[in-house]
Amino acid sequence: MKKHTISILVENKFGALNRIVGLFAARGYNIDSISVGTSEDDSVARVTIVSKGDDDVIEQIIKQLNKLIDVTKVVDLTYEGFVERELVLVKVSANRNTRPELMQISEIFRSKIIDISPRSLTIEATGSEQKVNAMIKMLEPFGIKEIARTGRVALKREFEGLV
Amino acid sequence: MSSDELTGAEIFVKCLMEEKVEYIFGYPGGAVIGVYDAMHDMSHIQHILTRHEQGAVHAAEGYAKATGQVGVVLVTSGPGATNTVTGIADAYMDSVPIVVFTGQVATHLIGNDAFQEADIVGITRSITKHNFLVKDVRDLAWTIKAAFHIASTGKPGPVVVDMPKDVMASRTAFNYPKEIKLRGYHPFYFGHIGQINKAVEIINSSKKPVLYVGGGAINSNASREVYNLAKKLNAPVAMTLMGLGAFPTDDELSMGMLGMHGTWYSNIAVDQCDCLIAIGSRFDDRVTGNPQRFSPNSKKIHIDIDPSAISKNVKVDVPIVGDVRHVLERLIPLVQPLDTMEWLKQIRDWEKEHPLRYENGDQIRAQYVIQKIYELTNGEAVVTADVGQNQMWTAQFYKFKNPRSSITSGGLGTMGFSFPAAIGAAFGVKDRPIFSINGDGGIQMNIQELTTAVGNKLPIKIVILDNGYLGMVRQWQDMFYKKRYSHVSLGTNPDFAKIADAFGAKGFVTDKTDEVEPILREALKINDRPVLIDFKTVEEDNVFPMIPAGTGVEQMLDYPKSVNELKTTKDRVEATK
Repeated sequence: MKKHTISILVENKFGALNRIVGLFAARGYNIDSISVGTSEDDSVARVTIVSKGDDDVIEQIIKQLNKLIDVTKVVDLTYEGFVERELVLVKVSANRNTRPELMQISEIFRSKIIDISPRSLTIEATGSEQKVNAMIKMLEPFGIKEIARTGRVALKREFEGLV
Repeated sequence: MSSDELTGAEIFVKCLMEEKVEYIFGYPGGAVIGVYDAMHDMSHIQHILTRHEQGAVHAAEGYAKATGQVGVVLVTSGPGATNTVTGIADAYMDSVPIVVFTGQVATHLIGNDAFQEADIVGITRSITKHNFLVKDVRDLAWTIKAAFHIASTGKPGPVVVDMPKDVMASRTAFNYPKEIKLRGYHPFYFGHIGQINKAVEIINSSKKPVLYVGGGAINSNASREVYNLAKKLNAPVAMTLMGLGAFPTDDELSMGMLGMHGTWYSNIAVDQCDCLIAIGSRFDDRVTGNPQRFSPNSKKIHIDIDPSAISKNVKVDVPIVGDVRHVLERLIPLVQPLDTMEWLKQIRDWEKEHPLRYENGDQIRAQYVIQKIYELTNGEAVVTADVGQNQMWTAQFYKFKNPRSSITSGGLGTMGFSFPAAIGAAFGVKDRPIFSINGDGGIQMNIQELTTAVGNKLPIKIVILDNGYLGMVRQWQDMFYKKRYSHVSLGTNPDFAKIADAFGAKGFVTDKTDEVEPILREALKINDRPVLIDFKTVEEDNVFPMIPAGTGVEQMLDYPKSVNELKTTKDRVEATK
C-alpha cells in the first residue's frame, strides 16, 4: 500500500473539516496525518491529508471527497511531483553533559532551539517527513519527553528540478 | 426596521412558493411554532399533518418518487428531527430528492443541551447529500434555494436545513436568488464523447448484449431512451429493484428483475452475456452476489452520473459519467441493430425451463395476490412495496409498465416504508390506483398513518400479506440456520381489519384464495377512504429464485416442487451450454 498526499481545497465554513474527517471515518479510510489552514484565498481552507491505501481505495477517497459540496478541489499530489514539509517540536531531556551534543544534532538538521531549561531543550525542525523522522531517531537516546508534529503540508511543484 | 422586511418564517413560506411546492409533510413543535404561525394562512401550499415524523419523510419520498418533484418535510427540533433520520438515510441510499426542514433551538442556546436540542446537522452529515445550519436570517433565502438545487440536480438526494428559532423570528428584506452557483458542485450531465464512442464499438460487435437498468434511468426520466436502445439493439433488458418500470415489464425484451431474487433467466443471461450495458445502476451486492463472479464473460459499459459509483464494486471496461438520458440520446444514433435472434431464443428457453412460478391452493399464496392486483390494474397502478418477502413478490409478479410506479425502499431496506410512501404518492398521483403492499411486520411500524390517510380521504389500497412471520428473516433461518426460528413469529398480531375500521378506513380479511379477487374488486370501487385488506397467506413460503448472499449464479436456487424441497442446480453451467 502506497502513501498518498492528497491536497483538498474546501469552503472555509464551520463543519466543513468535519465533513472531510467524517467521510474518512464513515467509509473506513485511514488518515496518517492531516493538516488544516487557510489557503491563498481567505474563504477557502487547504487540507492536506496523507493516507495509505491501494489504488482502488485512493480512487474512491478522491471521488467521495469530490462529492462533498463544500470541497472545491481535490488533487492527489503523489502523481504530480510536490514539495512537502512538516514542522515538529521535540522536548528532549538535556543536562550539562548532553547539551553540546544536542546542539550539534540540532545544527546538522538545520533546526532551532526555541526553549531551554536546566533539564530540557525544545527543538523546532522543519523538513520532509523522513528528515523529521531521522532527527527524532537521533534524539531518542537522550530521552524524548514530548513531541508535537503538524503533519505534512504540501504543494504541487511548478517546475521539476527546483527545491 | 422597514416595513418591507419579513421574518424568517415568512421568508420560508415565500421561498417554498417560489419553488412551487404543493405539499409539505410535517409535524409542529416548539422550535417551529413561529414557522407554523406563518403557515397558518398559506393558500397555495397544503400542509399534511402526519402522525409521526418518520411517516412525513417517507411520504415526502413517495411523493418525490411518484412525481419527480422535490418532497418537502418540516419538523421541530430534537426528537422531531431525530425521528426523520431513518427516512433521510433511506432517501440518501435511493437518491430521492427531498428537503427536510428541521427546527432548532435559538442560536444562543445551541450547544447548551437545551430542551429539545439535537445536533441534527452533525447527526445527518453522512446520510445527506448536503446539510445546512442557518445562522443568520439574511442567509435563509439563499440556503433554501441552494437546498432545492442540490436535492434535485445531479444525483438527487436529501438535504437538511436546520433553522434556529430566533433566526426564523428575525427580519430582513426578502430576495429570492434566481440561480445558485456553488463552486464545489458541478454535476456533469453529457458524458464524454470519446467514452461513448468506445461503448459504441463494444456494443456494435456484441452478439449477446444485456441492458442492466437501474433507478438512475428513472431519476433521469430516460424510459423512452432505454426503450429505444433496447428496441434498436434487440437487446434483452434486466432491471434492478429500483429500475422496475424503466422498461415495460410485459414487453417481449423484458427479463424482469435480476439479482438475489431476480428471475432465473435474467441472472443466467447476465452471467452468459458478452456485453453488459449498465444504465443508472450501481452493481449493488444484491445484484452482483460475489462481485468476482459477476458476469465474467462480458465487456462492461457503465453509464452513471455519480463518478464514485464507477468501478466501486465491479471493474468496468468503459465508464461513462453523465446523466443517463443525455448519454443515451447521443449513444442511440451511433449503435447498429444487432442480430440477437438466437440469444433471445436461448433466453426464452431458459425462461421456459425456469419460469417465475408458484402453485395455487385453497390457502392464499402471496404471489397470487400480487398477480391478481397486477391483472386488475393492468400493470398501471402505483405500487409501494415494503421490505422483505412482500417486496420481492411484488417485484416478481407485478409487471410494471411505467416508470415512477414501483416505489420501494431498495438501498436501506426500511420496514414501515410502504404505507407512508403510498400516502405521499397518493398526493402526487390522482388518476391511477395506489397500492401499498406490506407484510404483517412492516405495516405495524407506521400503522399510525392510517389517521393521515383517512383524514385526507386517500383511496389507498393497503394490502397485508399476512403470514404471521417476519417472513424474509424466517426464510433465512429456514435455509441457513437449520430452521431455528428465533423471534420471527408474529403470533400476537392484532385484528388488522378491525384496526382499519376503528381508524375510519374500510377493513377486509380473508384466508381463502377464491375470495382474493372479489375483495380486490370491491376495494377498487371504494374511493373516499383507504381500504385495508388482511390476506392470511401460507405461513412458511419462501421467495425463489434465490442466489444466496455473496455467492454466484451457479449457486442459484429455483422454486422447489414442494415448499420444503430445495433444488440446487450446480450443473447449471453444463445445462445451459
